[in-house]
Formats: sequence, C-alpha cells, structure tokens
Amino acid sequence: MSRLGLRLLTSLFFLSAAVSPVTAQPAAPVSEETVHEVAAQLRCVVCQNLSVADSPSEMASQMRAIIRDRLAAGERPAEVQQYFVDRYGEWILLSPPRRGFNLLVWLVPLAAVGVGLVTVAVLVRRWTCHRRDHRPTRVDVDPAMSERIRREVDSGP
Amino acid sequence: MRRLWRWLIPLAALPVLALLAYGFRVDPRDIPSPLIGRPAPAFGLATFEGAPLSLAAHRDKVVVLNFWASWCQPACYEEAPILERNWREYRDRGVVVVGVDIQDRREPAEKFVREFGLTFPNAQDLTGAVSVDYGVYGVPETFFLDRQGRIRVKHVGAVTDAVFRANVDRLLAEPGSP
Repeated sequence: MSRLGLRLLTSLFFLSAAVSPVTAQPAAPVSEETVHEVAAQLRCVVCQNLSVADSPSEMASQMRAIIRDRLAAGERPAEVQQYFVDRYGEWILLSPPRRGFNLLVWLVPLAAVGVGLVTVAVLVRRWTCHRRDHRPTRVDVDPAMSERIRREVDSGP
Repeated sequence: MRRLWRWLIPLAALPVLALLAYGFRVDPRDIPSPLIGRPAPAFGLATFEGAPLSLAAHRDKVVVLNFWASWCQPACYEEAPILERNWREYRDRGVVVVGVDIQDRREPAEKFVREFGLTFPNAQDLTGAVSVDYGVYGVPETFFLDRQGRIRVKHVGAVTDAVFRANVDRLLAEPGSP
C-alpha cells in the first residue's frame, strides 16, 4: 500500500512538473472506478472474450496501468478508448459501435424476435379461428338407425 | 396468398445463409491493423546488454520489428534462427532487425537470446507500452517499416525466409527519404 502511495506521489510529482500545454487540464487523482469503466469496454487482447477489467493476465494489467496513466495525464475516458481503437481497430471494443455493417449485430436479434412474435401471433390466430369456424358435421343417419341408437343408450349396460 | 407464404419462408432464410457464408469465410484471428501506412510509434528501450534502443537511431533504414517471448513455442523458436540469418545477410544493406520481448521474465528471455545466438538488438518491453502502441495482441508479430519510418506490413505468426525477403526486398527497392 505504501509502495502504491509512493508511486502515486512520484507520478503526481512528475505530472505536475511536466504538464504540457496540450493537456492543460489539471492532473486530478484518477479513481479506480473510472479505470474500471474504461477497461470494461476494452477486449483483453490475449484472452478469449474477456474484458481488460476482468482478465487476470499480465497484458491486461499492463493495459490497465496505461489507462490509469493516460487518465492521470488529463485524458477523458473517451480519448483513452480512442487511443486503443487507433492501435487495435474497433476489434478492441467489446460492443461494436452502432453504425454501418455493425448495425446488423444490433438489429438482427430485434428483427428475429419481431418475426418470431408475428409468426406466433399468426399461428395462434389461425388455430383459434379454426376452432370457432368448426361446426359439427352432419351425418346422415336413417331414422331407424337413430331410433336404435337412442334405445340402446337409454337402456344402459 | 398461401403460395406466397410458402415461398417467403425459404426466401427469408437466404440473407441469413448469406451472412453465415460470409462470416465463416472470415478468419476471426486475422484482424487488420489500423496502423498500416502510419508512422511507426517511437520508443526508447534498453537492450539486454543495457544499450539504448530506439527507432530514431535507425532512420533511413528498413526496420524489421519483431515482437517475441521466450514462452512462445513453437512459433518464436522457429523464426528466431531465420531472423538471425537474414539479419546477418541484410545488415550491410540498410536493414536492421529489432527484437522486442514482451510479457516475459528476464532470465528465460536472456536464455532465449543466448541459445539462438541473436546478435541483432533485443530489448524487453516491461510496461507493455510498446506492445500497445503497435497494437500487438500476440506473439510472434512482425512489423516491416520502410525507410521513411512508416509501418508497411504486419505479419502475424512465425516469419519465414520467404516472408522476410519478399517484404525487405520490396522496401529496399523503394527510394529512401529525400
């Protein structure tokens, strides 16, 4: 803990000594929450489907350190994210931006749910309508036969 | 109406099939680097011997920048002798091979350099800053830089003689910076 504090202090010292006019924002202390927020949106490059925030790998912890340093240098979270996108491409983002070809990823599931709902609605309607239209079919039975059926039903077993 | 529906269902499956056909032909590991054509990010590292290593020192040269690790088997072990051999062959013709060891510990990395008798400059990227600057996501990855210091080719996987020569010869044939 004290080592971390020392590192923070030294980095703060160097930052205050070397704030360039480009990043004129004051070097505010970086909250781990913000680091986590940025890291959670980035893909850990050496893992399968893990974010930089969740991965225990060395690469991910180095990437978290880079995120922390850049935030400490006064960059906004969006700028830090862009820094990684510039180097790795959109591939590094766990959720692709909602434009262009990527829209398919967002729209196809919605469309599939829509088509499914319509299909179910049509089928249910068809089945229930069928029942409503159903009328008992007339069977022509000659009077003698119907008389016999009634007698046998009434007489019981 | 009935007949239309009978056709509509298989027709609706067509775009889905087309999407799958496209998706399964694309290699998810083949990720195009956005850095191609851009100036190579500068870095300052120290070689295993302690000498400073930077790109600025190799201006006007074709640079073969190789990211490796001692745990990267077998690809890094396959390409190390190839890189060394080609470095010796091309070093007098304005080509420099630079090795950057990433995600590694010092002892096995030094053993790797010793075992393969690597004579081109090799340095450890201890913070990962150089790896991220080059968008490295695995080892081995090799970047071919032209004489103007731009990244021209990114090669993923072990470098072969053919890959090395084809890229370096092409970049050497180009005119250098004015």
